[in-house]
Amino acid sequence: MDSLPAISPKRAKGQVAGSSNLSFFRVDFGNMTKEEGFGDGRDDMLIDGDHGKSITDGFSPEYLKAYYGMLFPHAEIFKWMSYGNDGKHPACDHSYFGRREFSFTLDNDIYLRFQSFNNAAELENSIKEKCPFKIDIGPVYSVDPAKRHAYAQAGDNVFTPVERELIFDIDMSDYDDVRYCCSGADVCIDCWPLMTIAIKVMDTALRDDFGFNHILWVYSGRRGVHCWVCDGRARRLTNEQRAAVADYFRVYKGNENSNKMVSLTGLPLHPLLVRSYADVLRGFFEEKLLCTQKLLSNEERFQKILDLIPNEDIAAELQSRWQENRRSSISKEDVNAIRWEQLKHLVKSAKQKAPEVRQCVEEIVFSYTYPRLDMEVSKHMNHLLKAPFCIHPKTGRVCIPIDPENCDDFDPSAVPTLSELLEELNSSRADVNDEFNRTSLGRSVKFFRTSFLEPLLKSCKEEMESAYNAKLQQSKNSLSW
Amino acid sequence: MQIFQSNTKIVTADTIPSLSLYRSAPALEVRLDDFELFAIDRLRVLKGISDALSRGRKPEEMQKLVSELWRVNMRHWNPSEVINKDIISHFVLRLVYCRTDDLRKWFLSMETTLFRYRFRLESPDAQRMLMSEFNLSYKVLSNAELENVKDKLSQVARSISQPLPTSDTIFFKVPFEEVPELVASRRVFLRKGYAYVAMNQVVSLVVTQFRSHLSKALVLTNRKWTSSIQEQEKGRLTPIVEALSTMYLGPDYSQPKEFAEISIKDIDQVANSSFPLCMRHLFGKLREDHHLKHGGRMQLGLFLKGVGLKLDDALSFWKAEFSQKVGSERFDKEYAYSIRHNYGKEGKRTDYTPYSCQKIIASTPSVGDHHGCPYRHFSEENLRAALGKMGVGGRSMDEVLDKVRNRHYQLSIFNEDMAKLPFDRRGMLHFL
Repeated sequence: MDSLPAISPKRAKGQVAGSSNLSFFRVDFGNMTKEEGFGDGRDDMLIDGDHGKSITDGFSPEYLKAYYGMLFPHAEIFKWMSYGNDGKHPACDHSYFGRREFSFTLDNDIYLRFQSFNNAAELENSIKEKCPFKIDIGPVYSVDPAKRHAYAQAGDNVFTPVERELIFDIDMSDYDDVRYCCSGADVCIDCWPLMTIAIKVMDTALRDDFGFNHILWVYSGRRGVHCWVCDGRARRLTNEQRAAVADYFRVYKGNENSNKMVSLTGLPLHPLLVRSYADVLRGFFEEKLLCTQKLLSNEERFQKILDLIPNEDIAAELQSRWQENRRSSISKEDVNAIRWEQLKHLVKSAKQKAPEVRQCVEEIVFSYTYPRLDMEVSKHMNHLLKAPFCIHPKTGRVCIPIDPENCDDFDPSAVPTLSELLEELNSSRADVNDEFNRTSLGRSVKFFRTSFLEPLLKSCKEEMESAYNAKLQQSKNSLSW
Repeated sequence: MQIFQSNTKIVTADTIPSLSLYRSAPALEVRLDDFELFAIDRLRVLKGISDALSRGRKPEEMQKLVSELWRVNMRHWNPSEVINKDIISHFVLRLVYCRTDDLRKWFLSMETTLFRYRFRLESPDAQRMLMSEFNLSYKVLSNAELENVKDKLSQVARSISQPLPTSDTIFFKVPFEEVPELVASRRVFLRKGYAYVAMNQVVSLVVTQFRSHLSKALVLTNRKWTSSIQEQEKGRLTPIVEALSTMYLGPDYSQPKEFAEISIKDIDQVANSSFPLCMRHLFGKLREDHHLKHGGRMQLGLFLKGVGLKLDDALSFWKAEFSQKVGSERFDKEYAYSIRHNYGKEGKRTDYTPYSCQKIIASTPSVGDHHGCPYRHFSEENLRAALGKMGVGGRSMDEVLDKVRNRHYQLSIFNEDMAKLPFDRRGMLHFL
């Protein structure tokens, strides 16, 4: 495609179909009714034509088609999912990629589960053709998942998941009881640090404690993050072992029916928790969340924290002090910070008399900051997870990788949206060959490639090599008998 | 015992620890009477363990109970036969419990628990021997390496109130995958993929091995059973085996015909008079919020199915609530499937049974969830309120709370809920 006409909303409504150099963007007439039903509000905007040649905000099947046609990193996803098995090495398992489940969610919530592809071209063509709103990645099965029915007859669970990345899903809506800036699906720069904390705590532990090296963090497109641990060892974990890893991280147990959200045992903490607290949680709590979330600013909020102090005298004293304090607050310092210092001071001086409060400062900090995992996602091999570089249909944002080294700088509101990317494509110089470099997605794809994919494939190759040599050695030994 | 593909290994009483790993079936002849009697004796042990587990017994109590159950049920008038009785009964029950997923799961869990507590009774030497029998030849941590991580090991030891490691404490360095239960409860120090397991924790290592061996063996036995044994032994073993599996597991509530049906119009009344607290709570929340998260939908949905709510009624019951919140279209699209699934009408078409108390107690409800066991997951204050609403008060309230403090969750249910139930509805406490 040498020149790219601007993608105007009007064209998107139907005129494009005749336009020969826009093949990536052709409207499928079979879908017309659905398309017109999509986003009623915006249709009006399209018709009045005020926006001229610019691309309207948001998301549409046409935009998505263009995105899959020109920007989605098909080759990288294929390389990743092949884990080196697409090479020429004699130890390559050429059936590997074909046994991976992909699942597509089409317009109108039609789910296509158990899709599988034999090579990069099949994957790419199918994505371009079906133009899924969401692509999920499932496990690698013992047999081609598309043919699972043929094996079902044989009985005996022939069709069963055999490999799967160890995955984690952290969702901001699970933090609704400890953030006051937004709730539900919304996030902002004030609550996003909760995700930053989760990335830092988990990333360190996955590397230092579990010895994993190939970890991919991805923005989920709206309100959370996904984590893919891709080391061979992680992919081969059984369900039981996955559950153990997930439980290792679990501190948070409560819900609205039990006052306590976190239960530390009263004994000294495990090194994981000590490190997380000292290196991440305390700092974020005291320097960020305490003030940005105004955790102690009014009665309702400070009462929630006072409820976590297991000694009524201390809680009552702080409460009365803070209620009065409200009327005569003249200090320039942040009221939340002042109150937090008072709480800590009082608890500290009471430790001798009331040993039950020994850990309550930690417990409060853990309650308000420690990562809350969606455990079920991690525990079972056959849980699906949205593929990186998908577009979130509600926000139009790309699910781009997050660099854990620089996760403090990640700003979800700065993540490129589908319409921004297409705009960039339109306005960039047409003679630049590499599509990625023409848009702000380029940086993310490059990061994916150099920081994640290349090291991963290198170690896959090494692993394959050594397994192969070991096997050769073995067969040599048996020959010499 | 010709029914088994026997290996050559013959067990003799004095060469090994009293604990068997059941790696291979014994080459013994067994009288048909013993075949059944031994199995029943062992079942008594397993059933006792199962009850104790569901009552949330602590490890020390379990240890005592298991030794006692074993001593009472597994003796034999001829001392040299004791080990054989152990082995024979184990293999008979393998046949009995290999035949469905649920049976396998139960058997695996009980046998593993039994093994765990019996292993702890063995001497350290015998324990090392059992480890080597499993080919668990792990490297003992060298002194130099121990020095290196001693601080962390002490930290972990303090966090689980174990004695601090000294220079002659033996530690093994093992891949974390092999001690999932120690990892899950943060009872080991982890570094770079290795778990540092103290000698007094090796039981976890061995148990993991035992469990995975047995799990595989059960699947194989099942294959053999369905492909040949069942038919060959039609007149002799098959009836015994099939009878044994139902003998001690209590009534099977997956058969809806045992119940009077329950219809939508009296569901509220029945809920108020007869549901156990956990279901009552879910039911109330559903009526209040017109929504329940996945865990709650499963726990309540399968329970309603268990007490006789027909599929069509279930669909309209859930729809009536959910559509108030998400609209009926989204209900049909997103929720109806899983209700039909629970009734075995979708997917792999399994006819699911209600959750057991044990499963409910063990669940981990999180933000926005209402499932789980109130006796375990509610704060004392909330539990008090919930019980009050049910009409429990005064001394009986205190008794319940007392049991909860001692973690006898299931007994609490027994006392409070059972007493209030009209007799014909007692089946609703299917899990007891």
